[in-house]
Amino acid sequence: MKPKGKSKNKSYKPILPGTKHWPVVQLNKRRKEFIERTVEETLKRVTEENPGTQELREELETTLHREKLRIKQNPWRVDPPDEYKFWEKVKNDLLDLAGKSESRAEEEEILRRIIRRYAQEIAGNFKKSRYKLAREIIKFGFARLLNATRVKRFGAFFRNQYTLRDKIQITGKAKQLRKLAKIGTVVMVPTHFSNLDSVLIGWVIHVLGLPAFIYGAGLNLFNIKIFAYFMNSLGAYKVDRRKKNFIYLETLKMYSNLALQEGAHSLFFPGGTRSRSGQIENHLKLGLLSTAMEAQRNSFMKHPDNSGRKIFIVPVTINYNFVLEAPALIHEHLKRLGGEKYYVENDEYSTSYKMLKFMLKFFTKGSDISVSIGKGMDLLGNYVDNQGRSIDQHGRFIDTRDYFTYQGEVNIDKQREDEYTRRLSKIIVQEFHRNNRVFASHLVAFVAFEMWKKKYKKLDLYDVLRLPEEDLIIDYNEFKECFGRLRDEVYKLKKKKMVNIAPHLKNDIDEVIKLGISNVGMYHTKRPLMFNKKGDIITQDMATLYYYHNRTDGYGLEEYI
Amino acid sequence: MASKNISKKPVGVIGAGSFGSAIANILAEKSEVLLYARDSETIKKIAEQKENRGQKLHTNITATGDLSYLASVCDVIFPIVPSSAFRTMMQQLSPYLHPYHILIHGTKGLDISLPKGETIDSVKELNRENIKTMSEVIMDESVVIRVGCLAGPNLAKEMAKAQPAATVVASHYGEVIKEGERLLRNDRFQVYGNNDLIGIELAGVLKNIIAIASGALSGLGLGENAKGLLISRGMVEMIHLGKIMGGDVHAFLGVAGIGDLVATCNSTLSRNYTVGYRLAQGESLDQIIATMEEVAEGVNTVRIAKKMVESANKRAPITEALYDVLFGDLTVDKALQMLMRYPYNVDIDFI
Repeated sequence: MKPKGKSKNKSYKPILPGTKHWPVVQLNKRRKEFIERTVEETLKRVTEENPGTQELREELETTLHREKLRIKQNPWRVDPPDEYKFWEKVKNDLLDLAGKSESRAEEEEILRRIIRRYAQEIAGNFKKSRYKLAREIIKFGFARLLNATRVKRFGAFFRNQYTLRDKIQITGKAKQLRKLAKIGTVVMVPTHFSNLDSVLIGWVIHVLGLPAFIYGAGLNLFNIKIFAYFMNSLGAYKVDRRKKNFIYLETLKMYSNLALQEGAHSLFFPGGTRSRSGQIENHLKLGLLSTAMEAQRNSFMKHPDNSGRKIFIVPVTINYNFVLEAPALIHEHLKRLGGEKYYVENDEYSTSYKMLKFMLKFFTKGSDISVSIGKGMDLLGNYVDNQGRSIDQHGRFIDTRDYFTYQGEVNIDKQREDEYTRRLSKIIVQEFHRNNRVFASHLVAFVAFEMWKKKYKKLDLYDVLRLPEEDLIIDYNEFKECFGRLRDEVYKLKKKKMVNIAPHLKNDIDEVIKLGISNVGMYHTKRPLMFNKKGDIITQDMATLYYYHNRTDGYGLEEYI
Repeated sequence: MASKNISKKPVGVIGAGSFGSAIANILAEKSEVLLYARDSETIKKIAEQKENRGQKLHTNITATGDLSYLASVCDVIFPIVPSSAFRTMMQQLSPYLHPYHILIHGTKGLDISLPKGETIDSVKELNRENIKTMSEVIMDESVVIRVGCLAGPNLAKEMAKAQPAATVVASHYGEVIKEGERLLRNDRFQVYGNNDLIGIELAGVLKNIIAIASGALSGLGLGENAKGLLISRGMVEMIHLGKIMGGDVHAFLGVAGIGDLVATCNSTLSRNYTVGYRLAQGESLDQIIATMEEVAEGVNTVRIAKKMVESANKRAPITEALYDVLFGDLTVDKALQMLMRYPYNVDIDFI
C-alpha cells in the first residue's frame, strides 16, 4: 500500500557539497580549542554568579556533596573509572582551603577543573567516516527490510521498490528549512513521543540534504555500545540527567550556546522527555531554548554591522499511528497524576523478543508516520521568509536585533531574555498544535473515549478507565454520526489554520473509521479499539485508548461530542 | 532622585487628555516630552499658551500631531487615550514602531472584539478571547512586546496641582519598570514596580465599576458606614471578576488595587464617581454623557463585566445592579435596596 495523499516524494541534494564544510565537522576539528572556550566562558559565568567571598566556596561544596551522593546512589556503567578519585581530590583540596581567608584564586582553579571535566564529557565526538557508515547502515538496512517484508517474492530483499520515504511522509516547509540552513543557524525543536524519534529525525535531516545537527542525548543511551556508536557518529553531545548541579547545567548550556554561535545546527526536544500522556507538549523546558536566545544576542553584539548569523527556530511535529511504549507511558502518566487512585497492573512490552516482533509488524503493515516541518521563526516567534527576514503579523519586515536593543545599543538583560524565552516556548507550543496532523486513528480514539466519558458523566477519569469491558460498547451508527460531526469541526479548525489533517481523513466516512480503528495502536497486544462481531465498537485497553485520545486534546473538540 | 539627569531622547506621550497632560508634566521634569494630540486646535493652544485642560504645561513639553515623527524620535512612549479609541490609535501608530520601543500605557479600560455584525448586546457569550486589556491591544497591533502599564491612585486634577501621589508601573520586563521609575519618579511622585501586568491592568479597570457605585451612594446622601461596606464588598467583587478574567488576587491588594479604589471611591474629582453621583441625583446616563468633557471608562466596563459574568455563569451583585441602573430602568434607590437584601453574606472567601 503506497501512502495516500500527496507526499512530496522527491529526493533533495545536499545543501553543502561535501561533509568538510559542515559546521559540526568544523567544530570537531577544533574540538580541543572549543572545549577550552567552553571552560573559560562557563568559568566566567559561574564566578560572576557567585561574586561574594563565601559564595563560590559554597557552590563548590554543594556540587561536591551532590556528586558524591550520585556516585554512591546512582552509578552507571558509562561513568569514568576515576570518578571517585576525582571528587575525592576536590574534597581534599577544599579541605586545604578551609582555614584560608584569601583563597579565591585556588577556588577558581578547582572550579576550572570541574568544568573542564564536565565539558569533556559533554562534548560530542563527531567522526565524518563513522557518520557516513552509520547513515549507510540505516538507509540500507531499512530499505532491505522494507522490500523483503512488503514484496513477498524471492529476491525482494535486494530490490529497491520501497524506501523509507513510502513509510514516512515529510510534509510542510522542507524547502524553506534547507534555505534557512544555508543562510543561518537552525534550531530544530520536534515533539517527542517515542524512542524512535531521535533516529527518525536523524534520518529526516539526512533525506533533506542537511548537514548533521548536534543534539543532546541522554548519557544513559551511551550505556549501550551500539547506540553509543551511532550517537557519537551523529553529532550527539551527552546530557546527564542525574547531574542537576549549577556548575554542570551552566557548562551544558554554555556548550550549546557556543556551538550555536559557531553555526552548528542544533536539535532539542524542547519538552525534555517523551510525552507521557500522549498529549502534544504544552510546557517546554526553557534551559536549552534560552541558550539559543543568548547565542543570538551574542551574535548581534559581536557583529554591530549586522553580519552575524541569524538563528532560526523550526518546530517539527511527528505523528505516529502507533507508539510502541504507549501503554507504559500512559501508565506512568496516570500514576503520577492520580497517585494512589491508579495502579499499574502489568508492564507488558519491554522484552527484546517483543521489540523484534514490533519491528517486523511495523514494516509489514501499512502504518504511516508523518513528520511535519513547521515554518521557520526568529527567536521572538515571528515567521521568517525564505531569505530569513522576520515578518510581523501585518506583513512588515522586522529587524530581530531591535528586540535586544536598548537606547540604540544591543545590551545584556537576563530577565528580558528569560521572558523572551518563555514567550518563545508558548509560540512553539502553538505551532506544534497548528502543525499537528490529525490521523483517522487519533480521531476515532478521541471520539470513542469522549463518548464513553460522556455516557458515564458522573465518574472521574480513573473510574472511567476502570470500567468493565462489557459496559464499553458503542453502537456503530451512533459512533459514525458523532465522528462525522467532529470531523467537520476538525475541518473548521484546519480552515482557521489551527490544526492540520492527514489527506486520508477526507475519504468516505465508513472508510475513514475503518482505517482509523485498524490503525490505532495496531501493534499493541490489547487493542485500544476494535469492531465486535456485530460491527459495533469496543475496546480492550481504556488507558491506551486514553493515550491516543490525548493526541487530539487541547482543541476544545469535546464540546461537540 | 535629583530631577536633573535629562534623558538624551525625548519621551512620547500620546493623548492630551487630563491624565495624559498630567503625566507629560511629570515626565517633563526630567526629559524633553513630545505630546501628541489629535486635533490641531489643541496642538496650537499648547504651543501658544503652554496650557491644556486647565493644566499649565511644563516648558519641556512640545505638542505634535505627527505620530510617525513621535515614534522616530522617542524610544519610550506613554499612550494615554480612551479605551474606545485605543485600538485605532495603535493601528495608526503601529507602522512606525520597532521592537526596540517601550510602551507604557495609562488607560484603564477594556477593548472588546466581537465577530462581525455582533454587538455587545446581541452576542451570546463574551469570553476572555473577546476581551483585551490595553497591553494586549498593543501587542495585537504592533511588534512592541516590551509593554507596561501605569496604575494607581492617580487623580489627574490632584497631580496637576503637584500633590503627592504614587503609581505602579507594571510589566513583565524589569527594564520597562526601571525605565518607568527613571522617567517618572520625583520627590512628590513615588513609583512602585509590579510584574503582574494583566492583574494590575484588571485592577485598574474594575475599580471603575465600584467608583460609580460609590458616587451613587454619595449622591443618595449616605454616610461613611455605607461607603465602608461598599469598598470592602466592592473589593471582593473586583477580585472575583478579576479571577474570571484571568487575574491574580495579589494585584488587587496593592497600590493599584485597594489604593486606587479608596482614592477613586472618595473623590469627587473622579469621572466615574461623578457619573454615579449624578445618576443618584436622578439624571439619565445619556444626559450625563452628553455633558461630560471626557469619557468615564467605568460605564463601558460595567457593560463588559456584566456580559462576562453571565457568560461564565457567575454572580457579581454590584455590577449587575449598576448595569440595570445604567442601561435599564432600575433606580439607584431600588438597586441599593436590592443589594442590602442580597442573600450572599460570606465576607471573604478567596484567600
